Amino acid sequence: MSTMREALTKPILQNNPIALQILGICSALAVTSSLKVTLVMCISVTLVTGCSSFAVSLIRKQIPNSIRIIVQMVIIASLVIVVDQLLKAYAFAISKQLSVFVGLIITNCIVMGRAEGFAMKNPPLASFVDGIGNGLGYSVVLICIAVVRELFGSGKLLGFEILPLITDGGWYVPNGLLLLPPSAFFLIGIFIWVLRSAKPEQVEKEEFKITKNTRSVKEAF
Amino acid sequence: MANNDSIPRTLLVAVTLCIVCALVVASAAVMLKPAQVINKALDRKANILAAAGLLVPGESVEEQFKQVTTKIVDLNTGKFTDEIALKGFDQAKVAKNSATSIALGEDDLAKIRRRENYAMVYLIEKDGHFDKVILPVRGYGLWSTLYGFLALEKDLNTVAGLGFYDHGETPGLGGEVDNPKWKAIWPGKEIYDDGDVAIELVKGNVDSSTPNADNKVDALSGATLTSRGVSNLLRFWMGELGYKSFLSNLRSGEA
Repeated sequence: MSTMREALTKPILQNNPIALQILGICSALAVTSSLKVTLVMCISVTLVTGCSSFAVSLIRKQIPNSIRIIVQMVIIASLVIVVDQLLKAYAFAISKQLSVFVGLIITNCIVMGRAEGFAMKNPPLASFVDGIGNGLGYSVVLICIAVVRELFGSGKLLGFEILPLITDGGWYVPNGLLLLPPSAFFLIGIFIWVLRSAKPEQVEKEEFKITKNTRSVKEAF
Repeated sequence: MANNDSIPRTLLVAVTLCIVCALVVASAAVMLKPAQVINKALDRKANILAAAGLLVPGESVEEQFKQVTTKIVDLNTGKFTDEIALKGFDQAKVAKNSATSIALGEDDLAKIRRRENYAMVYLIEKDGHFDKVILPVRGYGLWSTLYGFLALEKDLNTVAGLGFYDHGETPGLGGEVDNPKWKAIWPGKEIYDDGDVAIELVKGNVDSSTPNADNKVDALSGATLTSRGVSNLLRFWMGELGYKSFLSNLRSGEA
């Protein structure tokens, strides 16, 4: 049971898919300008990751090795279409804002990464929990970024005014950069920095280290 | 354990998986269709209200739409018609049917090939008097047909608003037709000058020093062809083949 809990909680901070594995950055830049949209995106990705890992794991012993990536893609793509249809039926306004990014969950490396890296070798339930855990890890980062971007970019949270804007007679001058995708790059960078300062074991080893020159200048010439 | 990598086995897994996934996707699409259709209809109504600048966010669109009277216009005579039932009227179908539309050929400014003989228009009354009319318009931009609504003030010349609810133009360039800032420069512009359609999108900023500033709108930068498409579709739909005769009938109270 402890491994289940580990599979669920480990990806949130210790092995975060965005912060440590640097996966799923594209949608993290695109959908985080408002918190509401971000929440829907997080729920969608978490569900797709969990369910696709479950489905892949269920048939992992039947999947021929030569077409395993395609099999995973088909399962993921089908689930994403179902999610897209559900959003169009029950959350039309948000699905319009998310537009192409729901479809792009298919290409989110986290989903595929978990299917190939974990679900192919582990039983269904563990894979499901692992998928949900990684989805949550993705969600934590996205929500942090979205809170900062919406609060300081448009002075609101979930559409409610928190910092009254100067254009509406308040005092807060919004930071327009935060509403543009590049700002998420800075925020993700800061997030990773903070996380790695707190957990130095996450810092990657340098691949090459330049050693000190051992020969004296005279010898060289 | 059987060899998973043999060819028949691979084919079997692939085919079975495809069938199962197709079933899942198809049943989701079919079961959710009714809810999606309702959403589309609501979205259309919201767009009609938004084009006229009447949409109040947060309130029921259905409730707000009650102020709108929907009528069908015969575009050949320019008068309201009862020949076609309002219920179940599908303008896209009418435009496709050769019995209820005309082929455009040379006059196809908006590049829509056929023009329907009947159009659904939306009238808004205020304090018992006619106040605004909202007309569906469409035309080809760069990649796609732009579908939208044009709202006119009660003089039937001044633009109350223009909005597109469906298009496939390049996001960030032609897609900027959805930009609220760009849409905000439309209200107050005038369609006709001496009875001719004069509205057009022009390069560069339009201010009061520009000649005929009332008929000119700053085009979208980086989207020449989309801008030209918007100009053309307005010229078409405001012209003789479009709503011109209907508008003049409405103005003189003979519609």
